[in-house]
Amino acid sequence: MSVNTPVRPDPSAPPPLTVRLGEGDAAQAAEIDDPVFELHNFDAFYGTFQAIRGITMDVAPNKITALIGPSGSGKSTILRWLNRMNDLIPGATMGGEVLYHGVNLFDKRVDPVEVRRRIGMVFQKPNPFPKSIYENVAFGPRVAGFKGKMDDLVEESLRRAAIWDEVKDKLKQPGTALSGGQQQRLCIARAIAVQPDVILMDEPCSALDPVATLRIEELMWELKQNYTIVIVTHNMQQAARASDQTVFMTMSEDRAGVLVETGPTAQIFTNPQNKLTEDYVSGRFG
Amino acid sequence: MADAARLRTPATTAAVQRALEGHTRPWSEYIFQGLLFMALLISLGFLLWLLGDIFIRSLPVWTDRGVGGFVGSNLSSDPLKAGIAQGLFGSIVLMGIVVVLVLPIGIAAAIYLEEYATDNAVTRLLNTTVRNLAGVPAVVYGLLGLAVFVAIMKPVDGLNNGRNLLAGGLTLAIVVLPIVIITAAEALRSVPKPIREAGFGVGATKWEVVRSHVLPYAAPGIFTGVILTIARAFGETAPLLLVGAAAAGFGQAANATVFERVFGPYTALPTTIFSWARQPQEEFKALTAAAIVVLLAVVLIINAIAIILRNRYERRW
Repeated sequence: MSVNTPVRPDPSAPPPLTVRLGEGDAAQAAEIDDPVFELHNFDAFYGTFQAIRGITMDVAPNKITALIGPSGSGKSTILRWLNRMNDLIPGATMGGEVLYHGVNLFDKRVDPVEVRRRIGMVFQKPNPFPKSIYENVAFGPRVAGFKGKMDDLVEESLRRAAIWDEVKDKLKQPGTALSGGQQQRLCIARAIAVQPDVILMDEPCSALDPVATLRIEELMWELKQNYTIVIVTHNMQQAARASDQTVFMTMSEDRAGVLVETGPTAQIFTNPQNKLTEDYVSGRFG
Repeated sequence: MADAARLRTPATTAAVQRALEGHTRPWSEYIFQGLLFMALLISLGFLLWLLGDIFIRSLPVWTDRGVGGFVGSNLSSDPLKAGIAQGLFGSIVLMGIVVVLVLPIGIAAAIYLEEYATDNAVTRLLNTTVRNLAGVPAVVYGLLGLAVFVAIMKPVDGLNNGRNLLAGGLTLAIVVLPIVIITAAEALRSVPKPIREAGFGVGATKWEVVRSHVLPYAAPGIFTGVILTIARAFGETAPLLLVGAAAAGFGQAANATVFERVFGPYTALPTTIFSWARQPQEEFKALTAAAIVVLLAVVLIINAIAIILRNRYERRW
């Protein structure tokens, strides 16, 4: 098992779990030091429909946090609120609080554009701009007012996304001409180029074949040295293989997504504290 | 029941062969297909008849005077000398004015509606209004042009009391503006949401996303729409008649200055056709037909350009 057990102050004594679904105080397996995100009683709505209810959780820095759960449990919705992408969806509203390094993301004074520069995103379907590979990577830094040598930044970003060797001779070719897996790594390079702090990944491998998927997972392991990664995945093997922390969500009776259990990936998959989690990770449900 | 029996037949080669072969399509199918084709023939037939008739009528003009002689001559009460040079000049200037006005305003309005306006009752009302305006008959806009643009030009333009090319161009621009807004908005809408999200995802502002991505990717669609709209405006007659594109009693000299041409009395190709068609002399019938041929040729060329541009640059998502 390739799951790294994260270093925590006292791993031997996780607090006991008491899960009352949807009451906003779902179990926290352990306190996380210096969390990147702190969600407190977070609700999300699309119009009058409540998509998420009472999520309270922390996201650890320089770790890969996987959000797993059945369809409709609100995993992508959470992700899209973390960088305020859902601001762009008409009728999407939220309640509760999300702190990013202690700053309330939804404070009136917070500029969503700056939020998205610091908290990058990789989407479900690779979505390169129909422009050259170079331009795909250079766009973000350019709008951020990057003054250094763009060629170097583009190369560095493509290298970090483990795609440089494949594209270095065809930087002028359209990014859309690449294969699906290459496109997704290009999108990761594009996200890295603005030097974010967090990379959110919304089922980044769902459109990719197993080989390309494995490359993305390897890449995630390298990237977590420098970035905090939150990934939504439908693929439980992927969560087990490629994450440090796992957050299991499910859909309550009124179809609102709620948090069931969160903890180190090894624990969620081998010794879940909640029956629902156990059923899900063992494939009996969902 | 027969179908059910057939389904139960064991799938041996002989049985399958019996079931699959030897069936012809029923006659009703052919009759229905024939009726549909007839409908197409009727509509196309009349059009071809009309075009053929006009072309044959115009033949004397081409054989007697040549294309250059007809297209290059000014208006005249003498049918042997009359040509469409002024009408063509007027139409081209009008189109230039229309493009200059409609392109920025139409695209800007479309960007607002598609990218900036939040989806609420007011926006929906605006959208519906634009669509309704596109359906308003052009003659109504002609009255508007007369009441507004010609009235505004009147104090400034002493040559023809405000009935000048600028007022005509403004009126035509108003006629086609809603259509341009609709086609531009459709082109913008066809740019997929993930592309916008990709832009926002790296920390671009709305304007940066629109300027660097949405607008460039929508441009082929927008320009195709604008060109097709120009083709429509080129043949528009009624509003021009109302705002004073005169063709009879036209006193403009061949050596008129550009100022006089733009601010003096003017004519456009469709209004030339209109006034010739009303002339009693038999000779004008051929001239009318010839002018129609030129108008149709121009419109077809513009449409062809639009189609070529679209096929060449349109992006499939």
